[in-house]
Amino acid sequence: MSILLAMIQTLLFIALAPLLAGWLKGCKCHLQNRKAPSLLQPYQDLLKLTHKQPVVSKDASWLFIIAPYIIFSATVIAISVIPLIAVDLPTAASADVIVLVGFLAFARFFLALAGLDVGTAFGGMGSSREMTISTMAEPAMLMAVFTLTMTASTTNLSLAIGHVLAEGLELRPSFIFALFALILVAVAETGRIPVDNPATHLELTMIHEAMILEYSGRHLALIEWASQLKLMLYGVLIANIFFPWGIAQTLSLPALGYGLLAILGKLAILALVLAISETLLAKMRLFRVQEFLSFAYLLGLLGMLSHIILEAAR
Amino acid sequence: MILFLAYAAVLFSFLSGLLALLMRQRCSVIKLVHYCCTKRLDWQQRLDSWLEQSIYPQRIQQLSFMLLGIAGVFAILAGLGGLISKQVIIAQLPLGLPWLPWHVRFDSLSALFYLIIGIAIFAVSWYGPGYVKDNNEQDHPFLVLGLFSGLFISGMLLVLLADDAFFFMIAWEMMSVASYFLVAFQHENSANRRAAFIYLIMAEVGAIAIILAFGVLASFSEGGAFTFEALRNATLSDTWASVAFVLALIGFGMKAGLVPLHVWLPEAHPVAPSHISALMSGVMLKVAVYGLIRFSFDLLGDIQWQWGVALMILGATSALGGILYAMMQPNLKRLLAYSSVENIGIIFMMLGLSMIFLAKGHPSLAALGFVAALFHAFNHALFKNLLFLGAGIIQHQVHSLNIDDMGGLIKRMPHTSKLFLIACMSISSLPLFNGFVSEWLAFQTALQVGVLDDAVLRSLIPVMAAALALTAALAAACFVKLFGVMFLGLPRSRHAAKAEETQDKGMLFSLSLLAGLCFLFGIFPGLMIDLLGNVAQPLIGHGLPNATAAGWLWLTPVAAEKASYSAPIVLLLVVIAGGISYHYLRRDPAVALRESDTWDCGFGGITPRMQYTCSAFTMPFRRIFAKVWMIDETIEKQPGAMPLQVTDIHYQLHIEDHSWPKLYQPIERSVNRIARSVSRMQTGNIRVYLSYSFFTLIFLLWVIS
Repeated sequence: MSILLAMIQTLLFIALAPLLAGWLKGCKCHLQNRKAPSLLQPYQDLLKLTHKQPVVSKDASWLFIIAPYIIFSATVIAISVIPLIAVDLPTAASADVIVLVGFLAFARFFLALAGLDVGTAFGGMGSSREMTISTMAEPAMLMAVFTLTMTASTTNLSLAIGHVLAEGLELRPSFIFALFALILVAVAETGRIPVDNPATHLELTMIHEAMILEYSGRHLALIEWASQLKLMLYGVLIANIFFPWGIAQTLSLPALGYGLLAILGKLAILALVLAISETLLAKMRLFRVQEFLSFAYLLGLLGMLSHIILEAAR
Repeated sequence: MILFLAYAAVLFSFLSGLLALLMRQRCSVIKLVHYCCTKRLDWQQRLDSWLEQSIYPQRIQQLSFMLLGIAGVFAILAGLGGLISKQVIIAQLPLGLPWLPWHVRFDSLSALFYLIIGIAIFAVSWYGPGYVKDNNEQDHPFLVLGLFSGLFISGMLLVLLADDAFFFMIAWEMMSVASYFLVAFQHENSANRRAAFIYLIMAEVGAIAIILAFGVLASFSEGGAFTFEALRNATLSDTWASVAFVLALIGFGMKAGLVPLHVWLPEAHPVAPSHISALMSGVMLKVAVYGLIRFSFDLLGDIQWQWGVALMILGATSALGGILYAMMQPNLKRLLAYSSVENIGIIFMMLGLSMIFLAKGHPSLAALGFVAALFHAFNHALFKNLLFLGAGIIQHQVHSLNIDDMGGLIKRMPHTSKLFLIACMSISSLPLFNGFVSEWLAFQTALQVGVLDDAVLRSLIPVMAAALALTAALAAACFVKLFGVMFLGLPRSRHAAKAEETQDKGMLFSLSLLAGLCFLFGIFPGLMIDLLGNVAQPLIGHGLPNATAAGWLWLTPVAAEKASYSAPIVLLLVVIAGGISYHYLRRDPAVALRESDTWDCGFGGITPRMQYTCSAFTMPFRRIFAKVWMIDETIEKQPGAMPLQVTDIHYQLHIEDHSWPKLYQPIERSVNRIARSVSRMQTGNIRVYLSYSFFTLIFLLWVIS
């Protein structure tokens, strides 16, 4: 039963990710006095892309063609271990939160290689920048996540969220630090303003878009979908680690339905916050990103230390 | 039986060295053959034709490597036997000093390192014949290469067997000196001679430190005995134990390549032949790790937590420094050498973690950290061998080790590139490969820090975990750069454009074997971790009973509810997800791929020079971590009319290690200064020398009376 639920949950996650992207875009449009596209526009884009014939550079190797599938499936593995609507998730045991970070690194490894494959300056530029940013972001993310895992004394995400729920609402300084660290990391890793602008195609500023410039058709669809999944992944992580209330703890139908509504509400609010901050902020220079991310790292570390010194003291 | 296998491994590697001596003795060999089979003329003829003049050198090379392969098989069998049976075998050899025969001991720790060496030399024995085939026999005689390889490998194996300090040092010196000759093998370049000289000096300084460490221990042992049994029972005060530990750390750390004692590594590894650098980097550094484990965990016994802190800090410095230096290297083998410094640093961090937990009375967590360290040592031996052997193949094809001369090799060398990719993924600790599992175990150990009472340690260990996370992320960036610039994109040089896949089946087999093992232990780490628990049991007094308690599918280092990882299930999920997306999207032939030119912004004419190079890729890192290196970057512009031509701009980048100007050059200067002041005694005047003798004589007479 719970395995079936895990599968449904993963499929639901995959299906909902474009909706979140659409909602985010809609919010931004409203805030910037533009006419918003339909909420379902990302689905139509993906559908259109899958039906187009992909054009592949003649200098590309097999790695370029296989990379989108690897990126997509690595991201799917990462999301399959995150509790979305119910805490009890059997897949969380097979891959804990460190493995989750590992699979995100896996996807990024191939994305960066694919950027270098064709041999244009754009691809190299994107790969180099992406690896730089992720080098700073990955440790910060691990620090934030370790604060949670040390509080719950388990790296199993499902059990850890269960632990936070069982503890009830309690003000923990470490969690506040970790929350801010994770938000900063999420902004950097999903390529949002102020680190990267998802809407830009200006060569001097783009990061993510530069790497995937050569992709088209179904390959592009998979990569786009994977980055939408990644956006939602960070959203769900933030929502369910720090505000886990509402997530289903039993497998009854009303609890699950309530859980689904809760996560949709939480994600909608988070996306609204992101849209507001994206509207208010301007993109940073590339070499300011290190300061941004070392700040995230510092917050993560402070969170961990405050857990060790203040909360775990005996 | 197991000891017999271990002896056989030593013997066969020694024989393989001796066989190389016959390289130029064809006549004597033929004579010997004729003498041996005077009765069987048909054998004689067959052997004659088999050893024909033109192919005689190749036959000797093949036989020599075959013996090495047999030695490898014996070493693997001995290692597995020792690990599974958990026996401790003690023996004595009637060799060495009259009052001190060589003591031999083969326990599970030796067995593990036997296994590591066995796998490495087995792979090398398949790789070697193809690699040395094209060597010019006049300039680079196989006689020297084969002889010293044999001595080097048997020296390493003997180090693992030694059970007294004399025997240990003899074997250690055999390993060091033989490897000096291997580094100096291509001695026609002055840079290589210099590298070999630096290596020799540092190896000997390290050896002196090790001898002193043994000396400190022996002076507290019963009757000043040098057997390990006596050293184990020696009771030292805390201070003297720390002195011995620091000496051992300097000695073994110098061999292992801890920052700042690492400087010989990036000099020596690039100049040795590739299979030798693979052995030096993959295996010899592990023998140094073995030495430190043997000395501290086994001989010294009572671990103090301060040692653990020292190891962790040194390890973290080495790990971060190693990978940051590696990232800036355009030379493939130098990059790999620096990456070895990084991995040794990670191993030392894990050992330090283990020491802290052991000293604070948590043997089960100490065992976990210890197993993580050993597993990482094992994994590093696998993927670093693979990388160095792959580098050798590529060097043959591209005729250069400069990464910026490569590019586009994925199409020219399809098999090598795939195997190299596996190595890059393992060393970047991506899930499903073995490097990930050892780092995962390290994180799991570090996360148990809550059990410690000491607040300083409780805050230090998470910082170290953060350093480990940063190291892993930097390693991923470094190897993306390496693989991307070497194999992807357009060829950057004529040789790279014409490179071809190696035709030698043996070379590809050895690479495939290592790559297969990387994947196997990434998916089924439990196989190895159970065995490693047997190593931890006698040394730490605690095994890892829980590691595979939940079945062979699962890895649960502490307890199932704390952390679990099941690579087979994850692999299955990956295959399902990848398979569905692949199948669903590829089924319509109407939307198959269309090939076209690369997007060139409409200007046309993309050239290989427009690609990102090695130094371009790492430019953001250079800005962010600028303080780590000594960067000398100059841009010269020819004064002239606008617009500037590309040829008018000259860019130069030179990056150096801090340790040379900060540490070694002052030492060099002071040695020179002392030497100069001493040399004032040498006036060249015979009367002065006679008066020296006279005063010495009077002084001695005064001392005696």
